[in-house]
Amino acid sequence: MFNSLQDRLQDTFDRLKGKGRLTEDDINVAMREIRLALLEADVNFRVVKRFVAACKERCLAADVLDSLTPAQNVVRVVLEELTQLLGSTESALTLAPNRHPNSIMLVGLQGSGKTTAAAKLAYLLKKQGQRPLLAACDVYRPAAIDQLETLGSEVGVPVFTGDRTDPVGIAKGAIAAAAGEDATVVIIDTAGRLQIDEVMMAEAVAIKNAVRPDQVLMVVDAMAGQDIVNVVSEFAEKTDFDGVIMSKLDGDARGGGALSVREVTGKPIKFVSTGEKPDALEVFHPDRMAKRILGMGDVVGIIERAEELADAEAMADAERMLNEGFTMDDMLKQVNTIRKMGGLGKILGMLPGGERLMGQLPDGIDEGVVGRMEAMIFSMTPQERARPKIINGMRRARIAKGSGRSVQEVNQLIRQWDEMNAMMGKLRALQNNGQLSPRAMKQMAAQMKNQGAPAGGNRAQRRMQARKGRKRR
Amino acid sequence: MAFLDRLKRGLARSREALNEIFYFGGEVDEDFWEDLEDTLVMGDLGAEVALSVVDDLRDEAARKGLSTARQLRAALINRLAEEFTPATSDPFDARPSCVLFVGINGAGKTTTVGKLANAGKLDGAKVIIGCGDTFRAAALEQLEIWADRAHVPIISRPRGADPASVCYDVIEEAERIGANLVLIDTAGRLHTSKDLMRELQKVVSVTRKRSRIPVHVVLVVDATTGQNGLSQAKEFNDALELDGLIITKLDGTAKGGIAVAISHTLALPIYRIGVGESIEDFQRFDAHDFATALVGDGSLT
Repeated sequence: MFNSLQDRLQDTFDRLKGKGRLTEDDINVAMREIRLALLEADVNFRVVKRFVAACKERCLAADVLDSLTPAQNVVRVVLEELTQLLGSTESALTLAPNRHPNSIMLVGLQGSGKTTAAAKLAYLLKKQGQRPLLAACDVYRPAAIDQLETLGSEVGVPVFTGDRTDPVGIAKGAIAAAAGEDATVVIIDTAGRLQIDEVMMAEAVAIKNAVRPDQVLMVVDAMAGQDIVNVVSEFAEKTDFDGVIMSKLDGDARGGGALSVREVTGKPIKFVSTGEKPDALEVFHPDRMAKRILGMGDVVGIIERAEELADAEAMADAERMLNEGFTMDDMLKQVNTIRKMGGLGKILGMLPGGERLMGQLPDGIDEGVVGRMEAMIFSMTPQERARPKIINGMRRARIAKGSGRSVQEVNQLIRQWDEMNAMMGKLRALQNNGQLSPRAMKQMAAQMKNQGAPAGGNRAQRRMQARKGRKRR
Repeated sequence: MAFLDRLKRGLARSREALNEIFYFGGEVDEDFWEDLEDTLVMGDLGAEVALSVVDDLRDEAARKGLSTARQLRAALINRLAEEFTPATSDPFDARPSCVLFVGINGAGKTTTVGKLANAGKLDGAKVIIGCGDTFRAAALEQLEIWADRAHVPIISRPRGADPASVCYDVIEEAERIGANLVLIDTAGRLHTSKDLMRELQKVVSVTRKRSRIPVHVVLVVDATTGQNGLSQAKEFNDALELDGLIITKLDGTAKGGIAVAISHTLALPIYRIGVGESIEDFQRFDAHDFATALVGDGSLT
């Protein structure tokens, strides 16, 4: 199996690291590796050629920073070029402010994930305070409308199905119905179509002309191969879409198509889809994606996710934890936070070198550990959860039996709690000595809550990395 | 040759026709080799495979004195065709047979099951469909419509039910009615999802244990997939011990070059290819045709 792009570039740069000065030959070797890695990542070969040529030129040119080693300079150049290629600015979803309703139309190939993306987009807009309405215009794929209706009810968004036969009519009807439904944004799901299918492409254009959507978004599969440039150029020409949603990025596909789409059509990637749940749609950040590809990790991403989840309640918890100590219930909350953030694997994947680490683990990340911890904590009495110190041998045996785990596992859990509690104690001591303002303390405690891992892993290191990322921002 | 005709039609409308490097049939120079490598990479063969194929071909050209592009084209097609692992049997012909369809989301599993049910029925098989996708919204409704079109019975359980139990049910029903072609759809999943892969392992092992007729596990691969396809196939194969492949969506302009790497690396035969939207558009795989389509057949339509 081939290495990931990340590993590959890291290997290349590891080799360059020892060098004090890079010759043109060294740069050629590095560029060859980058070329192969990008091709393996499914970046279109023409895009690769241009990219590598541009990188090489910049590496050879005088534009280097003295403060960096030659290898670091190559990394910097490749990173900058990659970021630029991916789109130098963040492109969020913009809707016309004084249009009612706004509308977003989704287009793409069969199986790219349009219907799922429509539901996720609806959920996202709903979270932002909009009142979305889904329009089911895929009248061809069997049960596509049923699928959207089910997804709509899951995210609590109404679905307009019209006469279930005429896509243009359904789209227009949905816009008209939006007023009655008190909806602010209509999301139009369309049928999957091949870019060479003239009849179907004409239909997409007809829908677009009929409702004049604020945004047309093309859904592109992160696993797409070389042919995606042909697909997106044709869609760009016919539907003139405004941006792209990359789907299935939660797999191990490196999504080189994203680079190609951007380079070939000039259209921005707006969102990435990173999971099966409705909230697994994230705003695309070119800099993070480029860094991730280059093995520099998405530290900022982790912090943002954590902050999103660290609400006022968490702050209150943090204060209580400082005053009263760290309970098993706190531990349970921590475990759930990790789960909400997408599991250990996802968090680890966003950290520098995390993917490598995961590759080294014999069975990958054991996501089950989170569930097992939960089972053990659920088997404790309220008294035990509040004051874990009282858990003696007999209680441990009972908890093990109740949760179907071994006594060793219960012991390990209690050891972890002990560590966390000790850390809280240290914070408390600092506070009492007046070395820390109460506000700073609370922040630290909240951070600890969000960054701590339930088992294994090096919590301290992870937190430090997270803090570094915060400073950088 | 219907597949090639279709492909040509697709090519004529796409920009790829410009890359028809064998068209002129003339001089073989350094540019030619580079173009050839690009063409193979563009067909999703992968940079490393493309490189090794071109190197081999250079050797062969030197050894056998092949000098025109036309000669090289033939040599290249043969070389590529040999990469495919040939099928020793066909699970849709050698009945009775039970086939489980697995793959990532959006690969076209449900459509494949529907179309093959129809093909089996037309071929005189007694077909039954099982809906092992108890996860995706409306997956059952979609499969029911296909079952209805093909006039074959379908066995299902409500959404959220254990997919392994559906397999159990469908085999029971197949035995009761004497069906000889059992087609079971499963929920799409990314190969990187450990939990979902474990669930699928259970589905497959329950089916293999329960079924008295031979069980075949077939991976459905979207032809537009790039190099990640190999990673997908490897994970599915490691978890489930696949029997073979089906390549879908060859009616677009994607060449499906990743199929070469998958079939070769994992020693898996390709049973069928999907080349169109209509219900009968599944064809038998022919390595020579497929290789020809990858390389271009030397004429512009």
